[in-house]
Amino acid sequence: MLTLTPAQRDAVVATCIRALPDEGCGLLLGTLEGVVAEVVASENVAASAKVYEIDPKVLLRTFRRADDEGLEVLGVFHSHTHSPAYPSPTDIRQAPDPRWHYVVISLAVMPADVRSFAVIDGHATEEDVRVNDVTRPPADD
Amino acid sequence: MGGEASIAVEGTTIGAVLAQITERFPGVKGQLLNDDGTLHRFLNVYVNDDDVRYIGGVDAAVTDSDEITLLPAVAGGAW
Repeated sequence: MLTLTPAQRDAVVATCIRALPDEGCGLLLGTLEGVVAEVVASENVAASAKVYEIDPKVLLRTFRRADDEGLEVLGVFHSHTHSPAYPSPTDIRQAPDPRWHYVVISLAVMPADVRSFAVIDGHATEEDVRVNDVTRPPADD
Repeated sequence: MGGEASIAVEGTTIGAVLAQITERFPGVKGQLLNDDGTLHRFLNVYVNDDDVRYIGGVDAAVTDSDEITLLPAVAGGAW
């Protein structure tokens, strides 16, 4: 399950709308269980309406921040501008980490359709997306 | 990599460093380098803060104090 706040969900959708006509994308910081702590928008360096690539500089910065702050890069989000919110064969083939949450936003419908998937051994399985007011998980102290 | 998040390697170029990594972890070779020895399209390699694609690719120079980071490209598409 992916859990994010209304503001984080809005940030994901807004990033994708700003990127139009290209696909929008970004990374999600939080826990690998799927609790989002922060949405990190990225430029789509592929600059395309059909493919996306996270800016390598954003990628490095986000992994370093995760290490520094005790968080995990838990997944990636990107938009499909004219197709449903389901991972494409390209998305599935190039999924870098089986522990990640792969969020796909369809802007073919309004309001935008936000769905999340696990991609393991070439198969995408949809998971629940819960939007509520949780923030960071409690600190261990 | 092989269960290790961080390893020490020797070499004066990125190509030499990656060659050493593929010797130690043969299973990753196809994810790091193409058959012609160039960097795999879906691999990002950084020397400290610099993406090696902009500083010489496999020929980029490295020194003892450099930190090299390997990250998979995060990419996809609507087809």
